[in-house]
Amino acid sequence: MAIAKKAIVWGLFAAGGTLTAFVFPALIALYLVIATGNVPDGLQFEQIHNFAASWLGKACLFIVLFLSVWHAAHRLRVVAHDFGIRKDTLVANAVYAVAALGTVLTAFYLFGIR
Amino acid sequence: MSRQPYVRPMSTTTWYMRNGRYKVYVLRELSSFLVTFYSFLTISALAALAANSPDKWDAFLASQQATGMMVFHGLALLYFLFFQTFPWFKLAPKAMPVYMGEKKLPDSYIIIGHYVAWVVVSVFILWLAGVI
Amino acid sequence: MSTRTRTLELEIMRYDPEKDKEPWFQTYTVPCIEDWVILDAINYVKENLDTTLAYRWSCHMMVCGSCGMMVNGEPALTCKTFIRELPDKVRIEPLENFPIERDLVVVLDDVIQKLHKVQPYIIRKDPPPAEDQEYIQTRGQLAIFKQLTMCINCMCCYAACPQYGLDKNFIGPAALALAHRYNRDNRDQGKSDRLDILADHDGVWDCSFVGACSEVCPKHVDPAAAIQQMKIDGAMEFWKQKMGIPGDKS
Repeated sequence: MAIAKKAIVWGLFAAGGTLTAFVFPALIALYLVIATGNVPDGLQFEQIHNFAASWLGKACLFIVLFLSVWHAAHRLRVVAHDFGIRKDTLVANAVYAVAALGTVLTAFYLFGIR
Repeated sequence: MSRQPYVRPMSTTTWYMRNGRYKVYVLRELSSFLVTFYSFLTISALAALAANSPDKWDAFLASQQATGMMVFHGLALLYFLFFQTFPWFKLAPKAMPVYMGEKKLPDSYIIIGHYVAWVVVSVFILWLAGVI
Repeated sequence: MSTRTRTLELEIMRYDPEKDKEPWFQTYTVPCIEDWVILDAINYVKENLDTTLAYRWSCHMMVCGSCGMMVNGEPALTCKTFIRELPDKVRIEPLENFPIERDLVVVLDDVIQKLHKVQPYIIRKDPPPAEDQEYIQTRGQLAIFKQLTMCINCMCCYAACPQYGLDKNFIGPAALALAHRYNRDNRDQGKSDRLDILADHDGVWDCSFVGACSEVCPKHVDPAAAIQQMKIDGAMEFWKQKMGIPGDKS
C-alpha cells in the first residue's frame, strides 16, 4: 500500500535528517582533524576499537549510520525528481538498495569488531 | 469567444534557477551526497576496525591524511552547516510546534534549544575522540 | 496621506486567446501616488490607458483573495503590495503554475476541485450534540488550528510551489493546509477518511518542503508547516496501526 511505504521511508528520512544535523558536523570535523595528520588519542586503534567493540558503541554507530544512509537515500530520490529524472520507481529501488546495502555492511562490520 | 488557456512551460531540469529561494532549496537537498559520502566513509572505517588489528586501522588513517582531503573536509563542513544543520534547526519548530494551553511556544525557543543541544552533542563527540 | 507621485513602468503580461499564440508584455507608464498599492496602478491602467486589460479583483483589503499575481516574479496579493517597496520598473504576470485564461486571469478549476477533495468540513462518527447544545471547544483547542483558518484561497502558495508546477497531481499547499485545519479541529472525527487521500502518493509525500508557499502566504497560514505536521501524523498513524495501538476515534 502506497501509504505504508511512504510513511516508513519518510519517517526514516526525518529521523535521519535530525540525527545528521546534530552529529555530522562533529563527524566531518573529526575527518578534518585526521586529514591534518594529528590523530587524537580517542581515534588511536586501542581506544576506538574498544569503543566499537562495546555494545553501547555498536548501538550508537549502528543507529547513526542506519538512519544516515536512509535519510540520504530518500533525499537523493527527491533530488533525482528535482533534476528531471522521472523514473521514480527505478530511482527509489536504486537509492533504497544502496541504503539497505549500507545497513547490512554496518551490521556485518560491527558484528566483526570484538 | 472561445477558451484557449495558455499553459506556460516549466523546465523539469532547470526550474530551480528561477529564483534564489529555489536555488537554496536545491543546495539543501544536495547535502544528501555528503551524507552518503561520509556514511560510507565511516562504514569503510568500520571495515578497517573489523580486522581487529592495528595495521588495517593505521592504514585507513594514513589513507585519509592528505592536503586535498583537508580542503575537502573543510569545505564539506561549511556546506553541511549552512545547507543541512542550520536549515534543519530553522524548520524544526514548523514540523513540531509546541502549544502550552492557548499559547504557542515561540519558534525561537525551539530553535535555540536545538543549537544548545547541538553544541553539547558536538563537544561530547569531540571530547570522546580526544580532540578536546 | 502622502500625495507624492512617482512614475512607474508597468510591464504587464497580455494574452488574448482569440488573437495571440502566446503571451507577450505590454508596457504602460503610470503616474502613481506613493501610497498606492500595485492594484491601484493596474486599476489606473484599466480606467485611463487600456480598457481591454483583464484581471480579477474585488475587495482591495486582503479579504477576497482574488487579486493574486506575480509581481516581479513573486506571487503576491496586489492589494497588499505597496509601490513604495518596489523599483520603478515592475513586471506583472498572472499567477505561475496556472493556465492563463486571458491577460492576468488564470484558470483555477484544478485547485477548486482539490479543495473539495480534502473534505473540508466537520465529519462526525458520533452523533452531533443535541439540538439545544453546542460543540464544546476550548480556546486552547482553537489555538492549534486557528492560523489555518485564515486562508483566503488566493492561491499564491500554488504559484510559489515548484512541486505543483512540476506535477499537477500534487494536491498542493492550500488544500492540504485546509485538510489539516479540520484534522486538528476537536469537533471533527474525519481524520481517517482524509488519510486515504492525503497520505497517498499525490498527497503530503509529494511535498519536499521547499517552504516557498509559507514565505509568500499573505495571511501567514504557513501551509508548509501544516504539511510537515501531516507527514508526522501519517508516519505515526502507520506505526500505531502496525503495533496494534488503536488510534483516536477519528
